[in-house]
Amino acid sequence: MTAIILRRLLQAIPVLFIVVTLTFLLVRSAPGNPFSTEKKIPAEIMEQLEKQYDLHGSLRHQYLQYMGKVLHGDLSISTQYRNRTVNEIIAQTLPVSMVLGSSAYFLALVFGVTFGGWAAIRHNQWGDRSIMLTALLGLSIPSFVLAPMLVMLFALKLNLLPAYGWGSPDQIILPAICLSIPFAATIARLTRGSLLEVLQLDFIRTARAKGLSEDAVLFRHALKVAILPLIGYSGPAAAGILTGSIVIETLFGIPGIGQFFVNSALNFDPFMTSGVVIVFSVFLILFNLFADILYFVVDRRVKLE
Amino acid sequence: MKSIHLFYRVVKKDALLVVCVLFLLAVLALAFVGIHFTGYTYDQISDASLLPPSHAHWFGTDANGHDLLTRILFGAQISLFVAAVGALVSLTVGVTYGMISGYAGGRIDSLMMRLVEIIYSLPTLVLVIVLVTSLDSPVANLLKSAGLTGVNPRLVLIVLFLGLTEWLTMARIIRGQVLVLKQQAFVQASLALGQSHVRILWRHLFPNLFGIIVVYLTLTIPAIMLDESFMSFLHVGLQPPLASWGTLVSDAAFLINPIRLYWWMLIFPGGLMTLTLLALNFLGDGLRDALDPRVRK
Repeated sequence: MTAIILRRLLQAIPVLFIVVTLTFLLVRSAPGNPFSTEKKIPAEIMEQLEKQYDLHGSLRHQYLQYMGKVLHGDLSISTQYRNRTVNEIIAQTLPVSMVLGSSAYFLALVFGVTFGGWAAIRHNQWGDRSIMLTALLGLSIPSFVLAPMLVMLFALKLNLLPAYGWGSPDQIILPAICLSIPFAATIARLTRGSLLEVLQLDFIRTARAKGLSEDAVLFRHALKVAILPLIGYSGPAAAGILTGSIVIETLFGIPGIGQFFVNSALNFDPFMTSGVVIVFSVFLILFNLFADILYFVVDRRVKLE
Repeated sequence: MKSIHLFYRVVKKDALLVVCVLFLLAVLALAFVGIHFTGYTYDQISDASLLPPSHAHWFGTDANGHDLLTRILFGAQISLFVAAVGALVSLTVGVTYGMISGYAGGRIDSLMMRLVEIIYSLPTLVLVIVLVTSLDSPVANLLKSAGLTGVNPRLVLIVLFLGLTEWLTMARIIRGQVLVLKQQAFVQASLALGQSHVRILWRHLFPNLFGIIVVYLTLTIPAIMLDESFMSFLHVGLQPPLASWGTLVSDAAFLINPIRLYWWMLIFPGGLMTLTLLALNFLGDGLRDALDPRVRK
């Protein structure tokens, strides 16, 4: 298994390389100016700035300079947030996004599994139907429609929760809920489907025949097997929460990495954009690898290739 | 024709599916025909800004005094167009890729599926944002030199790249089906009769994949619609004078303040968009239950 993990990690290197190269070259060859989008900068100052940031000379030269730095773990200096290194910005903003993302992930799992399981036990009854319809609605409503609605209701009308900002515990509630809804909905649908299949299997009949209580059958035996497909979904869910958090951060004024990414892409900041793309890609590749390993550990029938 | 027949056969069995189809047809009709009967044009500015719904403006007006109903229907045209064309792009790529991978089998198959897995584990929407923002003006110049001044470069880029990111699921599903189908006697028979691989793929396998293609096409449309509105919401997608449901909701969301609530600007475009997505997802689910052989009944 160590060999497999090593091979997957080695395989990630060329992928990362291609992604970073593509991002850097795209942003640099775009006609936008990374130093100012509005006012014109005098030619000599421009030259100075480009020298200072290693953005002078041929594209090839700039690219090699940048890649050299990246290989040493230096993501260079942001051209938009002057005098701040990309490493520094990421170190400050990534933890914020991580807290938001993992809270949303946790909420999605708890609500998804609970409601999905509940629906499966009441298969084809009124409760099942209404939960599944709600889940489909949760999948369909875009987070940027739901979030302002909840803000209007809970923050502005009822004054229960803050509408904006980051720092205190009550400021995380609304954004985390908004971010988690579509994933909770998907997890509920997956759990229901898989639990319905598992409940048909022989070992469940055996467990019931042994005289186990229905609760024991459900929680000790069925649910354990039924949540396996969730591990397969955890990779795509992480990717979705990552991108979804960009919108939520913008809406709630949360100083996470997503906000910085959108601004840097809009302002042709080559270093910040490439830096965030590297961080996102590394995170997702590792997360997917971790999910695969978990799947292998939990389900003995699966063979990692 | 066959796919339409298949579609009809499934839908007429379930009243809720019929409602969904009728709703979607109504949205289409309103967006492309009804828009001419609102009494306003989508780019008509007036002093009557931020008015709540009234007799003159059924859905109120926005910050520039546009009639919101007209704006929403115009946004519907763009959102539906992007979703439909993007889904066709992803369909073409996904079906071709999946069929080749499944039919070829062996090393080619495992290599092609490895590539799909790699793309799956990348933040694709983030990459699309980078692609669209940096290729915007080069493509604008390209279109200008080709004499296509009426074509919006952003629209082209978004349709193309969203289509090119949403084909992975389709490719996987199609490949799985082809793996099963190619073992069957009729494929062996065609091979024995000396038919070319291309002909077998196109004439024998493709028609057998119709059902599943219809299902995943219906599910790709809302996915792309959501992606586009997501980008437009963040101002990295469509830009004025174009409007989509995403930009309309974005206008509303950034006007939120504790003093006055412009609820109509959020509820109407957001609500219509949510209902459309819900109808499409519901339809896709219903079709999948009926047509996807992997779903057990």
